[in-house]
Amino acid sequence: MINLLILPILIPLFTAIVLIFMVKYVAAQRVLSVVSTLGTLTASIVLLMKVRADGVQSLNLSSWDAPFGITLVSDMLSILLVTTTSLITLCVIIYSARSIGVERERFYYYAVIQFLLVGVNGAFTTGDIFNLFVFFEVMLMSSYVLIVIGGTKIQLRESIKYILVNIISSAIFVIAVAYLYSIVGTLNMAHVSERIAEVGQPPILTVVAVLFLIVFGLKGAIFPMYSWLPGSYYAPPVPILALFGSLLTKVGVYSIMRTYSLFFYHDQAFTHDLLGILAIITIIAGCIGAIAYWDVKKIIIYNIIIAVGVLAFGVSLLTEESIRGTIFYIIHDMIIKAALFLMIGIMIKITGTSNLRQMGGLIKKYPLFGWSFLLTCFGLAGIPPLSGFPGKLMIVRAGLEEGAYVGALTVLLSSLFVLYSVIKIFMNGFWKAPKDYPGEDQQPVWFLWAPAAILVAVSVVYGVGAETMYPIISQATDALVNPTIYIDAVLKE
Amino acid sequence: MEILMSIVIGILFSSAVYLMLSKSLLRIIIGTGLLSHGAHLLLITMGGLKTGTVPLLGEHAKSYVDPLPQALILTAIVISFGVTAFFLVMAYRAYQEIGTDNMDQMRGNEAND
Repeated sequence: MINLLILPILIPLFTAIVLIFMVKYVAAQRVLSVVSTLGTLTASIVLLMKVRADGVQSLNLSSWDAPFGITLVSDMLSILLVTTTSLITLCVIIYSARSIGVERERFYYYAVIQFLLVGVNGAFTTGDIFNLFVFFEVMLMSSYVLIVIGGTKIQLRESIKYILVNIISSAIFVIAVAYLYSIVGTLNMAHVSERIAEVGQPPILTVVAVLFLIVFGLKGAIFPMYSWLPGSYYAPPVPILALFGSLLTKVGVYSIMRTYSLFFYHDQAFTHDLLGILAIITIIAGCIGAIAYWDVKKIIIYNIIIAVGVLAFGVSLLTEESIRGTIFYIIHDMIIKAALFLMIGIMIKITGTSNLRQMGGLIKKYPLFGWSFLLTCFGLAGIPPLSGFPGKLMIVRAGLEEGAYVGALTVLLSSLFVLYSVIKIFMNGFWKAPKDYPGEDQQPVWFLWAPAAILVAVSVVYGVGAETMYPIISQATDALVNPTIYIDAVLKE
Repeated sequence: MEILMSIVIGILFSSAVYLMLSKSLLRIIIGTGLLSHGAHLLLITMGGLKTGTVPLLGEHAKSYVDPLPQALILTAIVISFGVTAFFLVMAYRAYQEIGTDNMDQMRGNEAND
């Protein structure tokens, strides 16, 4: 079935439309969201099998031939990300049923989440640069609604900043697309890549490359463009924060990976070195934030920035091994960040505060939750059998091979800071003397813990089964390191 | 013609940047309006301003202007329209709740640092 490609976009879209008509029936909304997201997940897994068997899949919408219509392209990287996204969204929806509150659920919460899923899945799957912009806007518009839903003071204040930053970056995206169109005269990504290869990337294209770096850096929080993130992500409730933290920045990173490996790989001396330097500073800035705060949300938010820096460093090397490491790491990081946010959400639910100094002794009452949190921390830092390890190992090894010693060392040292920052949460939150928290007994925690535990289990399997994942990741790497595979699949020459 | 348009677009961008760096929220929103104007004009300029008929096949002309940038702009316009409407309503709500439109007074977080 050739239309399989569009299902991960179409299923959430139709679900969202149906959900709009049933806002008053909260229970039905929950059931429908879970069922349809399961459907999305199934469709993406089937598509994953198909890509695994037959290579890069492409679908020309309305049967217009490739450079003229919009093409959807699923190579291994994008379908892996789509599958991960669907899984995370499923877990967050289950988590939301108990934690987000009926007032928000009655206000189109689940419909907007489905629209967010449309935007993210679409951005991963599209093969057209302007269509990427449109899917970005679908994603961002849903994220505007999600960040402000509920309308508390802090949410209103922070979402103004969030929206302003994203309006500016969207305008720069339009400008960058306009310049690119005036140079190459096409919008289809494979065709753009081919035309750039013909002219061999003159300086003007390097300027466009930097412009794209600014756009996607703004979305993905890379060093000078990250300052909006800690404040804005602090505002929304935890399930929304989990969605944002694991999905939105990664779409920016994915776009950088795509454009820098498909378009602008001819003159790497400037663009990729620039990306590398920015990545190193991003890691350092994230580390400073992660160890500075005593607020559990802030600590994990700064950990997002560190991970984005590590990923950007992997992209900047653009060798086969570094890309393989980056792909391994990006999937690990999406899963583990979602799990971590859901878990600190449980901590906040039990204790009623996000201040680490007012917590303590949770392990006495919640041993299972405590140990699974520790497991997540080790996974995040990259302790060998767990999922953070193989990706970082490959990135560091590629860095050492390429002579990027400063970057490799920064990535290694950043692991220490990451470990310190999350172990700080564990030591202060779960150990020490138990405290009494008003109203904690009304909160049934197992229901919140279950979706987080699913994600942790997946990440552990992903880490332990790295050997099984390796050929799949390799296939994703091939299409990225070798643009002709992608171009041939789309233009079918 | 393209050079003239580029200069005009440059002026739009600089006004937008100036407005967005000011303290009042409404000025910032006006700035975003100017910014999207500039971006859309840039899109049509970069598509080329060569003479030709409107892109309607009924015209039976020898040459038409490039229809693609026009479609792109139409898409970008409605998107920025939606975003601006949302932003305006949010600014209104923020004014009701927080009681100020001064960005200086919307600083900080109650983070436990």
